[in-house]
Amino acid sequence: MIIRRTLLASISALAAIGLTCGMATAADDKKLAVVATFSILGDMVGSIGGDHIKLTTLVGPNGDAHVYQPVPADARAVSEADLLVVNGLAFEGWLDRLVDASGFSGMRLVATDGIEPLPFEEEGDHDDEKHGDDHADHKDDDHAGHKDDDHAEHKDDDHGHKDDDHAEHKDDDHAGHKDDDHHGHDHGAFDPHAWQSIEAAMVYIDNITAALSKADPAHASSYYQNRAAYVAELTALETELRTMFDALPEDARTVVTPHDAFGYFADAYGLKFLAPQGISTESEASAADVAKLIRQIRAEGIKGVFVENVADSRLLEQIANETGAVIGGSLYSDALSESDGPASTYLDMMRHNARTLAQALSS
Amino acid sequence: MLEVLVDPFAEFGFMRRALVGCIAVSVGATPVGVFLMLRRMSLTGDAMAHAILPGAAVGFLVSGLSLGAMTIGGLIAGMAVALLAGFVTRATALREDASLAAFYLISLALGVLIVSTRGSNVDLMHVLFGTVLALDDNALILLCTIASVSLLTLAVFFRPLVLECADPQFLRSISGLSAITHFVFLTLVVLNLVAGFHALGTLMAVGIMILPAAAARFWTTGIGGLLIAAALIAVISSVAGLLLSYYFSLPSGPAIILVAGVFYTLSLLLGPVGSLAASSRRGPSLQT
Repeated sequence: MIIRRTLLASISALAAIGLTCGMATAADDKKLAVVATFSILGDMVGSIGGDHIKLTTLVGPNGDAHVYQPVPADARAVSEADLLVVNGLAFEGWLDRLVDASGFSGMRLVATDGIEPLPFEEEGDHDDEKHGDDHADHKDDDHAGHKDDDHAEHKDDDHGHKDDDHAEHKDDDHAGHKDDDHHGHDHGAFDPHAWQSIEAAMVYIDNITAALSKADPAHASSYYQNRAAYVAELTALETELRTMFDALPEDARTVVTPHDAFGYFADAYGLKFLAPQGISTESEASAADVAKLIRQIRAEGIKGVFVENVADSRLLEQIANETGAVIGGSLYSDALSESDGPASTYLDMMRHNARTLAQALSS
Repeated sequence: MLEVLVDPFAEFGFMRRALVGCIAVSVGATPVGVFLMLRRMSLTGDAMAHAILPGAAVGFLVSGLSLGAMTIGGLIAGMAVALLAGFVTRATALREDASLAAFYLISLALGVLIVSTRGSNVDLMHVLFGTVLALDDNALILLCTIASVSLLTLAVFFRPLVLECADPQFLRSISGLSAITHFVFLTLVVLNLVAGFHALGTLMAVGIMILPAAAARFWTTGIGGLLIAAALIAVISSVAGLLLSYYFSLPSGPAIILVAGVFYTLSLLLGPVGSLAASSRRGPSLQT
């Protein structure tokens, strides 16, 4: 009897604590509570939201969002969020369970909404400079203006350009892929690493701005101001990267990385990326993959071998050893560095990756 | 036919390294596995592998992907569990299996706790599932050293070990070596699991230790025969597993262990000693 009474008492005490906690946080801040799934998205959301939002990032710097294990604090953050920003394209495989378990009832934004996703590809062999020039046309009028019209425009022409060669891919490449491809087993049909293209990052930013303004109309003008500044920086960076990579000779555009995270980057700047590990860091390389890669490095005289902040580098070091290729540096693929690192923001990350690549390839 | 077997190793350095690493682990770990089996401690190997994992994880968190730190961390965690379990067994009423289970579970939980509080960096399971295709010079030297030390120690302690398998009471009554033998043997188990963990990952390392020993049991009864047959099966499994991984795009570690598993299954069905085939041949004579 005493035991039962104690139990009851402690349960009600717990409930009371829970209630007061809930009330305290609700009263504490009137700011919009936003949860971003990983560091790169978090940086983008923070750049637009500024001081008007309370931002929580689930997978922190140098964390691998492919295989993340959520902790209870994450579920709490999600349950209290007004807006949840996810990458989509099956990047965060653990997210749905977390959202279900947390009882999240806010707005959910898929940041990749409206981009043209790349299908999975083994080689990433986009042979061309295809939208080199049309992009240049766009920059002037495109990103200076306001969101409504230029977003539509963006979609129509910028991406319309890709449509035909994508249709091709989907027919043969992609269909053939599913059968023999042992990589990316529990991912969707598309490459999720879209933020590696600045063009796609513009779409991310537009989506984030629109969602923030909708969830918090009072500060919409501030969000759009931040967006304009951020887009200007993105545009400048895009010009910088384009000049950097246009200068590279045609035969020095292939590099090796641990996992296939740079499909969009390759597509945008006419590079070719090879990887032993496939699209997710979850898969394990087989001897056949490694052997194929080594043959290719030898045959094509590939100079640039890079390691990533979120992937195991030991295999790549062995491959570099065996082929005489040099490890050209560390790339930031799926996560930012710590704040004192070389890639603590999205813009810094893109700049760091581009410089590291260009330097190794042009030497 | 010969080219199919030799070419991958001739063409690629990483295949040769993988082969050397696997042979070192096979030669070092299987004799330990045979003694584990004979002493009915096969599952102890599994428990010890779990005990090593957190130590290696702590080593990784302290100094990154360093071979030394992960080895030392694994050794410390494994030895601590082995010694504590042994001490509790000899000093209290608790049997060895229960005390070992208790300590390895504590060690495992502690490791997971430490890893979680430090946040998720490069996913730890990837690091802990060592890949046999990425063995560098230091790792190879470590594997070969551990295999040599293990074989030499086994040679020195061979007689007491065999006696302890056959009649532990007798050994305890005639010599004070019993306890020492036991702890030396546990040290060897931990050493070989740490070596195997660099090549195959902690869980697969138990596979290369136990499966060949269990398979060999169906072919011969003498201790010498068992040791040789087990090592042979392990080496053949390593080569076959690497070749399968090369020709059919399979992950190397699981391929090697699965080949050993196929050996075990075939031995279980067809081996001349105590297998299903052997007992069915004997079956009718028992019935009449």
